[in-house]
Amino acid sequence: MNEFLQQVVNGIAWGSLYALIALGYTMVYGVLRLINFAHGDVYMIGAMVAYYAARALLAPGTASAPAFFALLALSMAACGLLGFLIERLAYRPLRRSPKFTALITAIGVSLLLENGGQLFFGPDPKFFPQLIESREISPGSGIVITNVQLLILGVSLTLMLGLQFLVFRTRVGTALRAVSYSAETASLMGIDVDRMISLTFVLGSMLAGAAGVLVGLSNPKIEPLMGIMPGLKAFVAAVVGGIGNIPGAMAGGLLMGLSEVLVVGYVSSTYRDAIAFVILIVVLLVRPSGLFGTSLEEKV
Amino acid sequence: MTPLARPWMRGAGAVAALGALAWLLDRHLNAYYYQVLVLIGINVILAVSLNLINGFTGLFSIGHAGFMAIGAYAAAAVSVYGGAALHGTLDPILGAAVGDAVLLLAALAAGAVLAAGAGLVVGIPALRLKSDYLAIATLGFGEIIRVIILNLDVVGGARGFGDIPALAGFFWVYLFVGITLVTVHRMVRSARGLAFLAVREDDLAAEVMGIDATRYKVTAFLVGSFFAGIAGGLFAHFLTYLHTNSFTFLRSIEIIVMVVLGGMGSLTGSVASAALLTVLPELLRPLKDYRMVIYSALLIVLMLTRPQGVLGDRELEVRSWLARRRRREEAA
Repeated sequence: MNEFLQQVVNGIAWGSLYALIALGYTMVYGVLRLINFAHGDVYMIGAMVAYYAARALLAPGTASAPAFFALLALSMAACGLLGFLIERLAYRPLRRSPKFTALITAIGVSLLLENGGQLFFGPDPKFFPQLIESREISPGSGIVITNVQLLILGVSLTLMLGLQFLVFRTRVGTALRAVSYSAETASLMGIDVDRMISLTFVLGSMLAGAAGVLVGLSNPKIEPLMGIMPGLKAFVAAVVGGIGNIPGAMAGGLLMGLSEVLVVGYVSSTYRDAIAFVILIVVLLVRPSGLFGTSLEEKV
Repeated sequence: MTPLARPWMRGAGAVAALGALAWLLDRHLNAYYYQVLVLIGINVILAVSLNLINGFTGLFSIGHAGFMAIGAYAAAAVSVYGGAALHGTLDPILGAAVGDAVLLLAALAAGAVLAAGAGLVVGIPALRLKSDYLAIATLGFGEIIRVIILNLDVVGGARGFGDIPALAGFFWVYLFVGITLVTVHRMVRSARGLAFLAVREDDLAAEVMGIDATRYKVTAFLVGSFFAGIAGGLFAHFLTYLHTNSFTFLRSIEIIVMVVLGGMGSLTGSVASAALLTVLPELLRPLKDYRMVIYSALLIVLMLTRPQGVLGDRELEVRSWLARRRRREEAA
């Protein structure tokens, strides 16, 4: 039982990272109906920015909590800018083109970031500096939680609640939701649709950047292709939760993290990458609009 | 009708010409060009078969590499585990060359049938899903297939599957390129083929006109995955070694890029872009590390400047080109 609880704890910490990345997928899909394949690579860039900034700015051994939060903010800002540029340069010119075209362009951007990353950062793995010394906390009954896990969970929860507040409790959030219901009607109501779409990309990419820094804390090995699998799985998490649905993406992310950790713990680590897709297919067949999604009536 | 115009005679003539060409190339082409040429052929089969699903029927599959993997591994298993028995019985009667051919055809058939079966298993439930969801489901199936193969020890698992007899070369690959092209062309450029296009344009409207949309979708999936299986089998028997890393999600993406770049719904477009996208990374090789960066940048630029693909849904045909030229001359 204790072992199981331990796995659950690890799964939740891991899943909150998926959830952060999944939010970006789900928000972009919500407003543009586009699967932004480059999103997983934005997460990679987030980790890389923090890595290089830490090497350039921090003397070895001076790592501390304030330094961590400064790096987090820097990475999020850099990724936000990257997301803005990607949308502006690659997706906006294609907004009226067929869906396939935008999708292939997204794949092109993804490949460009991966290959460009291999060129500029080098293909070899890098080791993320230990910003925060890992300490174990035992809340009793033999379960071990590290302070890093708590930090990951705390930062992700704060960011998700912040997003939730922004989207559901502010004027900008109302405009954002209006665009995702119907961009055309929203523009008639005086909402600047282009700006809302830019904002969506900036917000989503900032969350991905944060996930990149957080993953560096728990899995210090980072490399230019690290975004591919987490990107796919986070995307699966978004679909499982009901794509376009913000709480759904969080729940989906947690489900992905938990199931992955449990499969590794109780079945076999080689099936680690399959479980996400098995859940995906089961959910799609039973509830195609996702666990939290509302099914849309087909318009004729 | 002149005798040469009979279809079977034209077919036989084409096969004979192909055989002669293959005989020449086998002896005189350097190994590197030969390999690129064969890989072009395999990619053409993949692109054309995916075009049937994505381009002509309007379904969005991003799991084509999964079907290719099933074909490759099944075919390789047949020739590795059944090769000795088959050669033992056939060779004394028909000779080793015929034994090789029979073995390759048996292996390809097994791979293709299994891939088509998987296409059916994936297709029927997945077709309840609409565009994007279908895409995600096929992506999921592709990954699951890969992970399952990775865990199958009889086909080498993570070590890879080696010692596959080198049975497929230029002749067999281009024979199947021809068969794939003729089959898909006959399917979509016929009265019945209009049904595929109708389903693509609007499946609901097609249903109203009495077209069984589901049947056409399943057919597209079945035939598409069948030929992906063939391509996989040829790939296995050309390279003689398989690893699941050749069949990742990126592989499916490569095939989709070929289809979209050539033009959704253009067979000649698929052929041209499969050739182009196989050769392009090779041509960019002198640029070393910049190669893949330039490749992906080119992809984005092409999509931004020509979103409908190079050919759109038109075909490159000598006949229509000649007709256009004649019309221009008459007008002038």
